[in-house]
Amino acid sequence: MFLYIVRRIFQTIPVMIGVTLAVFLMMHLIPGDAAKIMAGENANPEQVEQMRENLGLNDPLYEQYFRFIGNAATGDLGNSIRTSRPVTQEIFDSRFWITVQLAIIGTALAVLFGLIAGIISATRKYSFADVSLMVIALFGLSMPNFWLGIMLIYLFSVNLGWLPVAGWGTWEHMILPAITLGTAGAAIIARMTRSSMLEVLDQDYIRTAYAKGVGDKLVIYKHGLRNALIPVVTVVGLQFGSLLGGAVVTETVFAVNGLGRLIIDSIRAHDFPMVQGTILVCAVLFVVVNTIVDISYRLLNKRVDLN
Amino acid sequence: MSNQALLEVKELKQYFPIKGGVFGRTVNHVKAVDDISFTVNEGETVSIVGESGCGKSTTGRAILRLDNPYSGNVLFEGEDLISLSKAQMRKKRKDLQIIFQDPYASLNPRQTVSQILEEAMEIQSVVPRKDRRKKIQELLETVGIGAHQMDRYPHEFSGGQRQRIGIARALSVNPKLIVCDEAVSALDVSIQAQVLNLLKDLQRQFKLTYLFISHDLGVVRHISDRIIVMYLGKIVEIADKKALFDDPKHPYTQALLSAIPSTNIAEKKERIILKGDVPSPIDPPVGCRFHTRCPYAFERCAVEEPKLMNVGNGGFQQVACHLMDEQAK
Repeated sequence: MFLYIVRRIFQTIPVMIGVTLAVFLMMHLIPGDAAKIMAGENANPEQVEQMRENLGLNDPLYEQYFRFIGNAATGDLGNSIRTSRPVTQEIFDSRFWITVQLAIIGTALAVLFGLIAGIISATRKYSFADVSLMVIALFGLSMPNFWLGIMLIYLFSVNLGWLPVAGWGTWEHMILPAITLGTAGAAIIARMTRSSMLEVLDQDYIRTAYAKGVGDKLVIYKHGLRNALIPVVTVVGLQFGSLLGGAVVTETVFAVNGLGRLIIDSIRAHDFPMVQGTILVCAVLFVVVNTIVDISYRLLNKRVDLN
Repeated sequence: MSNQALLEVKELKQYFPIKGGVFGRTVNHVKAVDDISFTVNEGETVSIVGESGCGKSTTGRAILRLDNPYSGNVLFEGEDLISLSKAQMRKKRKDLQIIFQDPYASLNPRQTVSQILEEAMEIQSVVPRKDRRKKIQELLETVGIGAHQMDRYPHEFSGGQRQRIGIARALSVNPKLIVCDEAVSALDVSIQAQVLNLLKDLQRQFKLTYLFISHDLGVVRHISDRIIVMYLGKIVEIADKKALFDDPKHPYTQALLSAIPSTNIAEKKERIILKGDVPSPIDPPVGCRFHTRCPYAFERCAVEEPKLMNVGNGGFQQVACHLMDEQAK
């Protein structure tokens, strides 16, 4: 098991190289001269040349890449053009944690409601409850994030006045953004749980369990759900990643100062080091989460081949 | 073998509703098992044979109430299982166990062998907690699996070994009746023989009664005392093994038996090839269900449904076929 974890962590290395390469090349591939933008609109050619030298843009590409990696490994992602503060500081002071918090609460909501809906649907196949839950799930899946967010604000904040319109700080601020973020995930998890449960509940070992005299509830949870969870875990992992993407929109709608808004603001301001840094952090987070998911397979499914 | 009836199935019907339309109304039924009756005596092995879809597995499941039957009675030691409450039935399951066809699907992949065996013992409280591990070891050794393997997961075993685990699991609650639902069909021929012999040995050792469901007549011939032949949800013939194999009366049984490959090259067997397919159990033929494919069918077969009648001279043999009447005339 330990060896498996070590091996799995080593397997993330090629992915990380790919990620850093993509993020690094982004700066060189986008139209426009980075040095020119960074030096400012009124800079003369000498100043731009000076900036280019400072940024090391005259060095060969591979040298620049290794420097980027080396710096990134020591936590140096350069300084923000907008605020002149180190990018890592900007990201990790509070924004990163806000987004992670939001993503975790969103995922938790999605898993909770998705699983409950999926189990109810699967155990009462084709009933009124099943059909209505799946229709709701379809709606949840089809609604665009930003629209759902605005509708939730309109209903709960503007009309009912129960929850704050925007901002961050108390648990009340978290509710609407977390719901907005988690809805699509809940819908996917509900549908996945339903189909996976239906498949498992039709297996002979479920009949075996009934034949042993195991009670209905225990059959569904111990023999059914535990086996049905494996594909659901995959979806949860992937969902967590897309939640990071969804955070860009959600944070903008709810004016939450997280990573998502940081990316948007930095892109608008042509703040290259900042964009590079945030995207790198998001990508690494995604890889880490999916590695954890892979490892948890092993705990869930004894049949996963360790080699 | 005694002549005491352990299991009596009376007028058992299993209809599965077909839902249709927007609101899921029941528009029709699949008549998987349609009014069958038979008796299994204590210590006997009764086989049900027939082709796919004839209702043999459905019968097995309905008897154990894994699917609740549509109508009919299942008397076990004189007590009607169908009338029991869910909780009462759960306790009763101690006496009736099942072994499934696919040894890869019938064991929970997330439980170790000892957990699989222990769960049933715990629920049915047949063995006190402190003795369970020892009992599990004994059971595994009885079915030919080393006791040191008890903490492994099902995927670490071969198909034959898994089926042995399935058998040990069924035995773990000291049942009286075991339904073997195609219990050896998924195994290699060499393993089939081993498992069949094991089942025979266990029957002697634990005084078990088997209801053996199979489509393989070779297997059935090896293990059965009595054989029930089913076609499209109906029993067409019930007979002692010898009577059935020596002198099959029903045209369908004759066709089935003629399909067994012979090992004797000199013996030229004539195979009876049935024309057409099995009709749909949603809308089965009127009269005798076999008349659409029967080489001997005459007018009466399409109108009147034949009843099971005794034809055995000495031994036990019942056939549902109008030809018997004709021959008697």
